Amino acid sequence: MVWTPDQPLIRMRDVHKTFGAHTILNGISLDVMKGEVICIIGTSGAGKSTLLRCINALVPIDRGSILVAGQEVHDAKLDKLALRRKVGMVFQQYNLFPHRTALENIMMAPIHVLKRDRAEVDARARALMRKVRLDGKENSYPGELSGGQQQRVAIARSLAMQPDAMLFDEVTAALDPETVKEVLVTIRELAEEGMTCVIVTHEMGFAREVADQIYFTDRGVVVEHGPPAEFFTECRDERTRRFLSQIL
Amino acid sequence: MPALPLDARHGAILTLALLISAGVGEALAAPSAPSIIETILKWTPLLAQGFALNIAMSFLAMATGTTFGVALGLGQISLLSPVRASSWFVTQFFRNSPWLVLLFYCMLLLPFEIRIGNTFISLPGWAKATIGLALPVMANVSELVRGAVQSIPSGQWEASEALAFTRFQLLRMVILPQCVQRMTPPWMNLYAILTVATPLTSVVGVSEAMTLTGDILSSEGRTELLVPMYLYLLLWFFIYCYPIALATVAIERRFQVR
Repeated sequence: MVWTPDQPLIRMRDVHKTFGAHTILNGISLDVMKGEVICIIGTSGAGKSTLLRCINALVPIDRGSILVAGQEVHDAKLDKLALRRKVGMVFQQYNLFPHRTALENIMMAPIHVLKRDRAEVDARARALMRKVRLDGKENSYPGELSGGQQQRVAIARSLAMQPDAMLFDEVTAALDPETVKEVLVTIRELAEEGMTCVIVTHEMGFAREVADQIYFTDRGVVVEHGPPAEFFTECRDERTRRFLSQIL
Repeated sequence: MPALPLDARHGAILTLALLISAGVGEALAAPSAPSIIETILKWTPLLAQGFALNIAMSFLAMATGTTFGVALGLGQISLLSPVRASSWFVTQFFRNSPWLVLLFYCMLLLPFEIRIGNTFISLPGWAKATIGLALPVMANVSELVRGAVQSIPSGQWEASEALAFTRFQLLRMVILPQCVQRMTPPWMNLYAILTVATPLTSVVGVSEAMTLTGDILSSEGRTELLVPMYLYLLLWFFIYCYPIALATVAIERRFQVR
């Protein structure tokens, strides 16, 4: 199937996933258009991280359909590597490679996966370091950087693959309050540049600010969703209201 | 595996014991006999030759054992279950066999020469013994590799997979480099253990330092030489292994800091 920009870049339909006896995703459906930013909120253990991992096939799904740019992810013949080249992911624990410098972390995948020219990748990696405001830290090892700095390197590392969409998995949850902002600013800039983003977050103020759509999930289903203005003022479901009253 | 509890004090105690036993031996010896220190020094060049063989065997066994052990360890984390199961079995078999039993097996089962095409390669006793020592080293290295790979946080795998690395790239560029760092101290420790195990080969007739010490003692025929001579041999092993133990501790410390 050929994907055209009028179709969702990411389209999930009735996605089910169980781990043993635990049902993690129980019929998730959502659409993300190109250039759109969606935030997924919900109680912990609601399957938000699993949902993201299904999109780039880190976690195989049991039932349902996930289309990424027209490519079916729930398919035994899926070229996982091709899919992952198109979808970047940033993790809660940064997961930088501790034995490589910040710059090398950014350069590894473009050189070895995309087989790009080293000089070109180097120049682009340095530009990305400037973009996430870390110029001067190119030769630092991850262990020498603060959490917020590591997370921005991780964002730059994903961007270096020039993905069509980015997945953010609670990227500020492990950070000190004062460094949260610098990471959120970086993500907001990306969103403003038109990067398609799926963001799992507990930062409600941030979600309200950047999201085009907010999805509230509970026990493996989407309870409700809508644009932030409506979602925060006119939510209808009791579960959503209870969640928001706890967190706001 | 605990680090060899070597300490500079052990060296001092060994030297002291050697000198005291030499003194006691001197007192017991017939007045006309040459002094014990003199006798020890006289045989030192021969002992050094034997010791060189111990070191050579330890080097070769370590190199061979590490090469095959790394392959076996990677086999243990293979995605193919028959490879994984057989690597696990071979590892457990050689890791849980007494070293001396493996040595005897190699001495008795390996031929004294191998024919490759038209050339015959002779397999002397020390070479067979080296193979016998390499087998447990291989099994231990295999476990080191498996343990190190499993100790790498799952986030490293996830992040590499999300960046579209192939499994081979992921292992080569992300996982294994981090394993090398973690494996170096226990690997050096294993080498020290292997080195002090090389005198086992004297039981199967290899002319290494231990065998030669026995030969020297029987040719001298002086009972008062017995204790100083073996202490002298111990001192040789200590002097060789002590710096390795020091380096192991230093490396361990450096990794903890980072």
